[in-house]
Amino acid sequence: MTRVRDLLLRATNPTATVFVLLVLVFAGVFAMNPGFFEGPSLMAFLKQAAPLVILAAGQYFVIVSGNFDLSVGALVGAQVVIAARLIDGEESRTLPVMIVMVLFGIGVGLVNGLITTALKVQSFITTLGMLMVLYGAIRLWTGGAPTGSLSESFRVFGRMGIEDVPVLGQIPWALLIMIAVGAGSVLLMRTRFGRILMAAGDNERAAALSGARVDTARTIAFVLSGLSATIAGILIGGFAGVSAQVGDGLEFTVITAVVLGGVVLGGGRGSVLAAMAGALVIEALFTLFNQMALPATLRPAVQGAIIIAAVAYAARRRTRPVPTATATPS
Amino acid sequence: MTQRLHKPRLGTTALIYLALAGVLAAGGIAVAVDGGNLFATANLVDMLTRTSLTGFLAIGMTLVILCRSLDLSVGYTAALSSLVAATTMDGQVANVPLAIGAVLLVSGLIGAFNGAVTAYLGVNPFITTLGTGLIIKGYLDTQYKGPAGDVPVMFQQFGYTRIGPVPVSTVVMLAVAAAAIWFLRSTRTGHHMYAVGGDVDVARMSGIRTGRTLLAAHVLCGMTAGVAGLLLASRFGTGSATAYTSLYELDAIAAVVLGGTLLLGGKGGVAGTVAGVAILAVLDTVFNVLQIDPFAKDVLRGVVIIAAVAIYARRQLDRTARRPRFAEGRAS
Repeated sequence: MTRVRDLLLRATNPTATVFVLLVLVFAGVFAMNPGFFEGPSLMAFLKQAAPLVILAAGQYFVIVSGNFDLSVGALVGAQVVIAARLIDGEESRTLPVMIVMVLFGIGVGLVNGLITTALKVQSFITTLGMLMVLYGAIRLWTGGAPTGSLSESFRVFGRMGIEDVPVLGQIPWALLIMIAVGAGSVLLMRTRFGRILMAAGDNERAAALSGARVDTARTIAFVLSGLSATIAGILIGGFAGVSAQVGDGLEFTVITAVVLGGVVLGGGRGSVLAAMAGALVIEALFTLFNQMALPATLRPAVQGAIIIAAVAYAARRRTRPVPTATATPS
Repeated sequence: MTQRLHKPRLGTTALIYLALAGVLAAGGIAVAVDGGNLFATANLVDMLTRTSLTGFLAIGMTLVILCRSLDLSVGYTAALSSLVAATTMDGQVANVPLAIGAVLLVSGLIGAFNGAVTAYLGVNPFITTLGTGLIIKGYLDTQYKGPAGDVPVMFQQFGYTRIGPVPVSTVVMLAVAAAAIWFLRSTRTGHHMYAVGGDVDVARMSGIRTGRTLLAAHVLCGMTAGVAGLLLASRFGTGSATAYTSLYELDAIAAVVLGGTLLLGGKGGVAGTVAGVAILAVLDTVFNVLQIDPFAKDVLRGVVIIAAVAIYARRQLDRTARRPRFAEGRAS
């Protein structure tokens, strides 16, 4: 009996809840369409889900350290536009432009991090400002509509994969990149840096007093978020093509995903795997909505109801011992 | 620096009004160099008209931010309110009072939902109001394919009439702002809002019903969003479901923090918010008059907001240092 209760207790812990949720949503998808779990369609799903999962990992670092990154959506859009404009269809420029994109992603993350930590501007404002700057600058640069086009070798990452694998069909590069990012993130959270990040989100002052370089760790978290947006931009650009709107609203979806994974806004709690699973849940939900033939316009409503319910459920246990859980994180 | 020891420093509100004067002067000079006149009636009207919509939203937003909460759903609430108003009025002048009542009821209920979920279920306001916004968005997109309803000409006056160069909507906005300032300074609930935003635990231990205070702030914020929706309806002459695409909530939050209200709650006020709204409006008008690419405006806005908050943070550093997130003990 105690084992059952133990299991139940574990399943209702916010981090584990997301995996239960994932199984439930997948069960729903399976009930609607048993063919979904055949190799090729599952791979197609994972290929499509990979960018959001990668973004969730990046956003996790920022959120767990007690901040927000609202600029990722605009950054993804910016990266896609930059890639198209600079590559302009030339195969030979693919690699240099990718390096430029990585540097740009790091730069944006660094600026976010430094403004937040050195100038003591709340990250909500910093990244909101960055969102506006990126949004305006990209449209200013391209004159409203993105120009240029991506090269084939650039699009390989978002579109292609290891072909002719038995059972699965194609193993998309996007999936492999996603797994690599996931593994890297898990390992990173076990290092000194990861522990400092977690401590900074849990209790900034205690972490600083025990000698941790809180500001450095938080800045690196923003850089990681910028990098994740770069990778996501490369994948989305390859998968979906060039559009400046591609990232609009993505920041809120990503934060939703991370929070659905039981990561607490304000920092200090939650695991990166659960955050990535949260992104998978969201993508699976979209698939489920598709299969239920819900009108596309109704999706946001269901999505909204689910986040509120999920977070209220997760908060139910937490509110009592930690009465400040309703506080707005900076 | 030494002066601060003897004299009270320039308050943040005074600073923001100085900044407003500075922005007006700089804008005036820039426009004059370009050969125009920023203070010509047409430009003044443009400026003042821009303040009203964001103004309503920002006043309500100030109340929730003071309580250390947030409302990301106001743009959606305003869009829904414009539809409720226009469809209830249905072209009949006689229906106007009913429509106003319906809008305030609906928007107040949305605020109450936000407040209740945040205060009593312990959901982070970011998530609550993001979720509420998405729910309303889903409803609007599904239910309304285009503009709906009809606003009688009499009510459209609210959007267009002016007293001299001052639009009626701006006068109403300033009246609401004055009421909000009075509310925060002179009522018990107003004081409680500062206390709750300052430190929710201390407030609770001092006998404040923190949940109710938060709920009240959210209801009022919802209702100001409803008024903004009424203004939208009167300007468009119909209800507009797609009004939310303008991301008014981000504008409102920007105006509030520009006005010196701390995003961490407990400090600030509506007077600063009005100046914040005005600064954004002046910038918009100047950019319009100078015919600068509208996208450059977004870039500048982003920079201005970050810079303003960085300056406020610097001013606070020497006095109270930065407040810890989970406040254990706190100065001021």
